[in-house]
Amino acid sequence: MAVPIAFFALFFGYPVAAIVSRGLRDGGQWQLARLGEVLAAPETGQVIWFTVWQAVASTVLTLAIALPSAYVFARFDFPGKHLLRAVVTVPFVLPTVVVGSAFLGLLGRGGVLDQAWGVRLDTGVWAILLAHVFFNYAVVIRTVGGLWGQLDPRQEEAARVLGASRFTAWRRVTLPALAPAVAAAALMVFLFTFTSFGIIQILGGARYATLEVEIYRQTAQFLDLPTAAVLTLLQFAAVGCLLGVHAWTVRRREAALRLVDAAHTSRRPRGAGQWALLWSQLAVMALLILLPLAGLAERSLAGPDGYGFAFYRALQAPPGAGSTFVVAPVAAIGNSLAYAAVATLIALVVGGLAAAALTRRTGRFVRGFDALLMLPLGTSAVTVGFGFLIALDEPPLDLRSSWILVPLAQALVGVPFVIRTMLPVLRAVDDRLREAAAVLGASPLRAWREVDLPLVRRALLIAAGFAFAVSLGEFGATVFIARPDAPTLPVAVERFLGRAGELNYGQAMALSTILMLVCAVTLLALERVRTNRSGEF
Amino acid sequence: MNTSFRRAVGIAVLSTLGAAALAACGSPEASKEASKTVTLVTHDSFEVSEEVLKEFTKETGYQVKVLRGGDAGSAVNQAILSKGNPRGDVFFGVDNTMLSRALDAELFTPYEAKGLAKVPEEFQLDAAKHRVTPIDTGDVCVNYDRKYFADKKLDPPQTLDDLIKPAYKNLLVTENAATSSPGLAFLLATVGRYGEDGWQDYWKKLKANGVDMVDGWEQAYDDRFTGSAGGKKNGDRPLVVSYATSPPAEVFYGGGKNPEQAPTGVSTGTCFQQIEFAGLLDGAKNDKGGKELLDFLLSKAFQEDMPLKMFVNPVRDDAQLPEVFTKYGERIADPHNVAPERIAQHREQWVKQWSSLVK
Repeated sequence: MAVPIAFFALFFGYPVAAIVSRGLRDGGQWQLARLGEVLAAPETGQVIWFTVWQAVASTVLTLAIALPSAYVFARFDFPGKHLLRAVVTVPFVLPTVVVGSAFLGLLGRGGVLDQAWGVRLDTGVWAILLAHVFFNYAVVIRTVGGLWGQLDPRQEEAARVLGASRFTAWRRVTLPALAPAVAAAALMVFLFTFTSFGIIQILGGARYATLEVEIYRQTAQFLDLPTAAVLTLLQFAAVGCLLGVHAWTVRRREAALRLVDAAHTSRRPRGAGQWALLWSQLAVMALLILLPLAGLAERSLAGPDGYGFAFYRALQAPPGAGSTFVVAPVAAIGNSLAYAAVATLIALVVGGLAAAALTRRTGRFVRGFDALLMLPLGTSAVTVGFGFLIALDEPPLDLRSSWILVPLAQALVGVPFVIRTMLPVLRAVDDRLREAAAVLGASPLRAWREVDLPLVRRALLIAAGFAFAVSLGEFGATVFIARPDAPTLPVAVERFLGRAGELNYGQAMALSTILMLVCAVTLLALERVRTNRSGEF
Repeated sequence: MNTSFRRAVGIAVLSTLGAAALAACGSPEASKEASKTVTLVTHDSFEVSEEVLKEFTKETGYQVKVLRGGDAGSAVNQAILSKGNPRGDVFFGVDNTMLSRALDAELFTPYEAKGLAKVPEEFQLDAAKHRVTPIDTGDVCVNYDRKYFADKKLDPPQTLDDLIKPAYKNLLVTENAATSSPGLAFLLATVGRYGEDGWQDYWKKLKANGVDMVDGWEQAYDDRFTGSAGGKKNGDRPLVVSYATSPPAEVFYGGGKNPEQAPTGVSTGTCFQQIEFAGLLDGAKNDKGGKELLDFLLSKAFQEDMPLKMFVNPVRDDAQLPEVFTKYGERIADPHNVAPERIAQHREQWVKQWSSLVK
């Protein structure tokens, strides 16, 4: 437990505290009057109001659209199911700058649907809400669908045999078992949309701002640290409450449920109703997720001389020959993979140890710690990035110009996923197995190798894969860190997009497609090693 | 998990963190190298040819390490936050909209770079003290899609006044002045043209004429502008706030043969001039190398490399422009401007007023 605490204290708590206190202190004096001033400002009220209601609306909409799909994934068998589950998760781990643009390309003005049927979505509230569904769809599918697939359908059948109507059986048997998972998914979606940044920026323009966007504006653009500090504290308070509730539902969810292997609960749909449900959900997924992603790939192939791999070939261009990079853009792929690998290693070690510690101990302190480790997910990237800058600025920890900052920032985002994946599995390992091994004369190392490792290996792989995919797509914190000359994939995409010319745009699309494919392959590999109790994701 | 596993993992963590610490303090060889390294802190748009950098290393013996962080605004603010204990020796990328803030924060040590004699006085905004050195200029202007206006048999707009005429209703898309550098520059162009009292009135008319606003340049140019590669399929606006150098970039990165004329044009009466500066950071560890680097940024080799790398204009009047600039680009004779001190004083207030106007 010491390692994760040290890690978080050093690379999260300390930098964030440093930047916040810089904002709230003036000449050694705490300026608490600022707190009141900012809180009382009408602009703050507007931002809070918008932040809350769009998060509520996004969460409701996401649940409404994704829950039927979760059912389909849980109960029906159809070809390509694993591939589809991997693909719908791709938006969740891709940087918003890429997918936001793909989304607009389909549903925006002059988008594919606009040209075909005049269906279009202006940038604005509806676009924001739908984009949130697009990004968080997978959270519901994986959290709720995962559990749903493991609920024994015979329990519901038993209730029906005893005379309950179909609806009553579902309401009395399935719903209570599912409710904590739905609550957890809702809370995660609420957390992600409450702190939404890229989507609001791209689709909301100057009209709408969440707390997160406002913190960015005040910090990175105006350098108004006092206001940013107050808003950061405000967001902290809100996210803290959310995580507290979340930790509580997680605990309830781990209450004993009779789970069965998901492979035995799903079957081919029967009857017109079930087929219709399956097809309607497939249509939703195609429209909402597959088409925007396919659009991205299509644009990467649409070269100046017709379809082809021209943009991909351009990525290998040596320095100087029209390339915008000191190194060939292909190198950005290597950079990204290397950074993500280091970030994964850090996240696995820190998250694994934290999960082990959380398994062993119980009590309020541990639950609080569990919630605390999730806090980076709800913290503004610019706060962390600028915090690194002013906190880690003295030897021996002057990391400001070191490459390690990038994987450290990415690991902060990866750790919560590792914990959420490992925790349920570790809790399920029966201590008596280890004791039995010891009694039979196994050394502690051997007992671990023979008992623990086989049981947690798959969970460890899944955790690693998720941390890897999340690190690959991480953009927010990375962009606010001064990086030595090694752009990551998302940063490279941003640089290409930030410049006129067909070749630049095409190369941005090609790099995005590569990023998308790498993420999809990683997620698909995870599908292969999925365990019965693979945690929340 | 048992203790030996924990110990193994603990060692792994410590060695990871140890590697981080090592990377930070630098190994003994690295510190010997340090005097031979000069660090340039800049924004994400900075680019330079490898050959040109190698030439610098050959001439001076200094290796250049480049640290990029975010867009121009956030890079400047990062530099201000680490004032006194900077991450590098030279900062490049503070423009006239941010200049006063950087100077007020006393970010730079004065140094008169070699080659300044070749730089026109109008670009030397700190000529008395030489805390910053002008490196490049660029104009933010409305760009138009030539094909759209040719098809409609309509003359493209040329001035800010044109943009509020009914003929150009619902054609322009611009960027958020609060978060986007071209967005802010366009707002400042209107302040320069109509004065501190008149610009709000102009924006009301612009809004009534259907100006649309998106967050950043990428969305405006790539997604909405019909004249761009991305917009060709999806865009709906033939006028966009972009740069005077965007048309040459369209040709240079067109991926095909050079056309007669660039596919996009520039409305020359709508421009705001951005001048980018570099300076020696206060507290630089290698100020000797930093000075050499500043000289290099003003050298003919770097100045002539810049246009095709960053799509900006060199400040040296004897620097040769590449053909793609002279053939397809536009020299903006008389851009609108606002003094850096006025911008520093009013920037937040103007942006706030602007935000409530366009909502």
